Amino acid sequence: MIERPVDPGEVDLSTEICGVHLPNPTILASGILGLSAEVLARIARAGAGAVVTKSCSLRPRVGHASPIVVDYGPGLINAVGLANPGVEAMAEEIRRARKLLAPMGVPIIASIFANSVYDFGTTARYISEAEPDLIEANISCPNVEEEFGQIFSSTPYVAAQVTRRVKAATKIPVIIKLSPNVPEIDEVAKAVVAAGADAISAVNTVGPGMLVDVETAMPILSNRVGGLSGPAIRPIAVRCVYEICAAVSVPVIGIGGIMTGRDAAEMITVGATAVGIGTGVYKRGLNVFSLVCQELREIMARLGIARLDALRGRALQQRARRLQPA
Amino acid sequence: MLPVTSHIVRVTQETRTVKTFVLDAAVQAEPGQFLMVWLPGVGEKPISIMEPNPLSLTVARVGPFSAALHTRKPGDLVAWRGPFGRPFALRGRKILLVAGGYGSAPLYFLAVRACQAGLQTLVAIGARSADELVLVERFRELGCATIIATDRGDLGHKGFVTEAILDILPECDCVYACGPEPMLVAIAQLCWQAGVPAQVSVERYMKCGFGLCGQCALDDKLVCQDGPVFDIEELRHSEDFGRYTRNATGRRVPL
Repeated sequence: MIERPVDPGEVDLSTEICGVHLPNPTILASGILGLSAEVLARIARAGAGAVVTKSCSLRPRVGHASPIVVDYGPGLINAVGLANPGVEAMAEEIRRARKLLAPMGVPIIASIFANSVYDFGTTARYISEAEPDLIEANISCPNVEEEFGQIFSSTPYVAAQVTRRVKAATKIPVIIKLSPNVPEIDEVAKAVVAAGADAISAVNTVGPGMLVDVETAMPILSNRVGGLSGPAIRPIAVRCVYEICAAVSVPVIGIGGIMTGRDAAEMITVGATAVGIGTGVYKRGLNVFSLVCQELREIMARLGIARLDALRGRALQQRARRLQPA
Repeated sequence: MLPVTSHIVRVTQETRTVKTFVLDAAVQAEPGQFLMVWLPGVGEKPISIMEPNPLSLTVARVGPFSAALHTRKPGDLVAWRGPFGRPFALRGRKILLVAGGYGSAPLYFLAVRACQAGLQTLVAIGARSADELVLVERFRELGCATIIATDRGDLGHKGFVTEAILDILPECDCVYACGPEPMLVAIAQLCWQAGVPAQVSVERYMKCGFGLCGQCALDDKLVCQDGPVFDIEELRHSEDFGRYTRNATGRRVPL
């Protein structure tokens, strides 16, 4: 049903995640650039509605040797290896970033990871001292499996354990970031929500995948395998967010191959409250946030939709209608 | 873009610790740009382009990667991606190039372009001692006037290259520098005082090379993408330039 078209200028893109206001739904996804307070502020100035830091752990990590990321055409493959300066240094960056971001009204989301359920709690407690607006627990990085064994989001049971531990360690709302590389992502989503997750972000990279140099017969990534991102994985991300939003009612940040306003509209149509952009920064530059917002405004205006609430979950409503008996 | 694999065709020993590798490849590049050079099984590092055709890289032995590269012989394979980064921009008629140590490499490429464009090109080269000066003869073959400075004083001015250029600097339309960061800071200060424009090539720890990992952040700039060449006006109010860098974990640490 198309409603009366509205003027793009009348479209309100503001949204909310767990009581935190975002001026627009485009979020810098974790792992891209989010190391320095000044760079995070520049991304906010470029139009991002929120920023997520690089994932940090209790102790500093050098990560994998380069090459850590390769553009293979339809997307990127990366294995950075969770390089980060440690929770203490990251807390300092977050404190500096908050001062720069607050006047712009752009919230900051601290991403954390750990190599045990217990350390997830400790890391959450330390990062909370820097008072980020939200905490994202990255339980789904695929690039350190040899080190950590199976990723935490592989099973609903372990994912729930991490969620409970992080929730017990902080008063700040907690987002759990899920992996698409599981048979039933909706079951993992239900488990983390039952364990107290305030929101979900989905998805982390798809894979692992591998690229090999033909001349030298060597894998190109130093880690040999890495996670896929970008346009190639968008349909997988859309399906995952659709299944999650059909299963749980917490806010979902849809991530995976979003390059344009149309892609963002698609993700919101399957139920996302906001969208994460990572590879899009590489493809379109830092302006990607304002470009996506402008394109999204035009699409919503054409549909006669003035607020994100009215766009959100339209695909799920269609499904519900179809499922009703005639 | 996937890495391109090329063969080494010639290796020249420039100094005790610096070698030039000529590859059977050519790139469309501008002076100041760099490649991510990959040695399978060893790693990948940013290396500035000394000549685009044939592709030539002048590399100092400073760590495990460059040490491995230095063992490579003609016929061996080297892979690379790029070019990446913002290049130098030529301006004016009389320019001064200031190289410290292996900073000569990208400035040689710039000197070639400047001479082709008919600019009067002066080159000041500094090193610890005479046997560590890099590419001096190559600059002279281009017809550039050279100013030499060595810390030890065994050739040219005894002391910093920044002292050897004091007289000539105010006469120049633009100064281009590549070398250790304290030298770049000194040149920026001289140029601010003299009101001479300058562009400096800044080095930071890079992991991806094209604006994704954030490892090379200098204030709110990414050295791999917004640099490595910066106009000194962009650095005038910098908190990081000459003071802070980021280590392999990304932690901001004093330079």
